[in-house]
Formats: sequence, C-alpha cells, structure tokens
Amino acid sequence: MGRVPMAFTVVASLVGGALIGASASALLVLNGRVAGISGMLGGLVRPERGEWSWRLAFVGGLAVGGALLAWLRPELVPSVSPGVPWPLIVVAGLLVGFGTQLGNGCTSGHGVCGISRLSVRSLAATLIFMLTGALSAYAVQRLFGAST
Amino acid sequence: MKGRFVPFLLGVVFALGLGISGMTDPRKIIAFLNVAGAWDPSLAFVMIGAVAVHFGFAQWALRAKKPAWAPAFFLATKTTIGAPLVTGAAIFGLGWGAAGYCPGPAVVAASGGSVPALLFLGSMLAGIAVFRWIGVPSRRPGSSRLVRSS
Repeated sequence: MGRVPMAFTVVASLVGGALIGASASALLVLNGRVAGISGMLGGLVRPERGEWSWRLAFVGGLAVGGALLAWLRPELVPSVSPGVPWPLIVVAGLLVGFGTQLGNGCTSGHGVCGISRLSVRSLAATLIFMLTGALSAYAVQRLFGAST
Repeated sequence: MKGRFVPFLLGVVFALGLGISGMTDPRKIIAFLNVAGAWDPSLAFVMIGAVAVHFGFAQWALRAKKPAWAPAFFLATKTTIGAPLVTGAAIFGLGWGAAGYCPGPAVVAASGGSVPALLFLGSMLAGIAVFRWIGVPSRRPGSSRLVRSS
C-alpha cells in the first residue's frame, strides 16, 4: 500500500472503491440517504430542517478520515498540486462548488450512487464531467504542468 | 444516535476508501483525466469497485418499502436531462480537471493537511454558497430536491 502513488494501482483502487460503495450502501439501507458529497455540503452551507445533523456527521466523518489517513498513510493525502498555480486552484474550487450545485451532484452522487440506481440523468452528468474534466486537465497540464 | 453516529462512521469509511483508492492525490486524478499525458487508468477501477458493491443495495432500496432506521428513502426524483444538469456537470468537470479535486476528496485531503486542498475547499464552499444563497433562486433547492419516495 505504501507504493509510489503514480503507479497503476488497480487493486488499491478497486478496494478503495469497494469501501466507498459499502459506505454508500449502508447510508442508503440504514438511513435512507444518498451519499452525494456535494449535496451534503450544499445542505450544510444552506441548512435545511431535519437534514442538517446527519450531513454534518457524515462530513465530520470525512474530516476525521482525512486526519486518520494523514496519520497512518500520509502519502495518500499529499500536499501537492501538479504545477497548478494557486489562483487557478481557487478558480477551480469556485467552478466545482457552483457546478455541482447547478448539476445536482458530483462524482459520488451521480458517478457512484446515480449510476448504481441506473439513472440515465446521472450517467449523462458523469459522461459530461468526465469529458470536460479531460479537456480541462489536458489544457491546464499543457500550460502549467511540470512533467510531460 | 443511529441518525448521527452511523453517518459519522460511514463518513470515516468513505474517506478511507477515497484515500486508499487514490482519489485524494490530485496527481492521480489529473493523470487519469489527461488521457493525452502519461495516462493512469487506475481511477476507472474506483468507480467499478464502488458501483459493483453499491449496485445490488441500490436496486434493493428501489424495491424496499423503507430503510431500516428512517421513515422513507430520500432519493432524487428528477429525470430530465436539461440545461442545468448539462451546464452544471460541464462546469464541475472543468474545475475537477484543472485542480484534481472533486468535493469528497477535497474535504478529506484538506483535513489531512494538504495546503492546495485547503485552498480548493475554501473556494469550493464559496462557490456552493454563491449558488445556494445568491444564484438562480428558482433552482435553489438543488440536491435537496431529494424527496421522499414511497
């Protein structure tokens, strides 16, 4: 597990993905909620009655998980950005924040939960953000990337 | 208790899954999305692993009367692929590919002490706030359009 993160990590990615799927499954089966992170954050930024505490708890769990990773496997949460200048990181954050709210979901809500429910809407969203993500990654790395 | 402690634990598991799978390393995200570079297809397997586990439970949930500890399922009811979905997903992708963070990994990596992730998280929350508090009032409910099904 402590390998250089740039390597092709099929097993680790499958195992990590399975953990994500298990978490989303338990949240749905037990609490009846969809594990969409952008939706949770949206519901924390503008709270809704009765839907605040579970969202805060889950996002709090994400934060504690992040701290655990930093303690046990710091190489998994590296403080790096591949050549991306900080003003662009700020712009990217604004785009991700606004875009996920307008599009009602992100990689978790559409990409994992929606696709698992066979939602055509979520499949469409996933294909679109993968496509624009590929274009954006290419352009930004072409302009600023440290490596080829 | 069940309504808070369990989601908290599931958040921890979700974060560990993101970390182990490589989603919290923006270099891996960018190496996956930038197919023209030194392409790393690993992250496709994250989605395969997650959907493989979640698919059966999600199908079950669609048929079950109610979840174990809640009066009803809270599922998205919209099915239209309209301009908000297409535009929103496109804008999200542009930011994701540029910085290499999507919302979950941004929270996890920032909590793990990554400085770029902290910067990203701050502006992402600002972007969310702009939409939720200022932007497009008719669409403001956003993902909380998760309505009780059944």
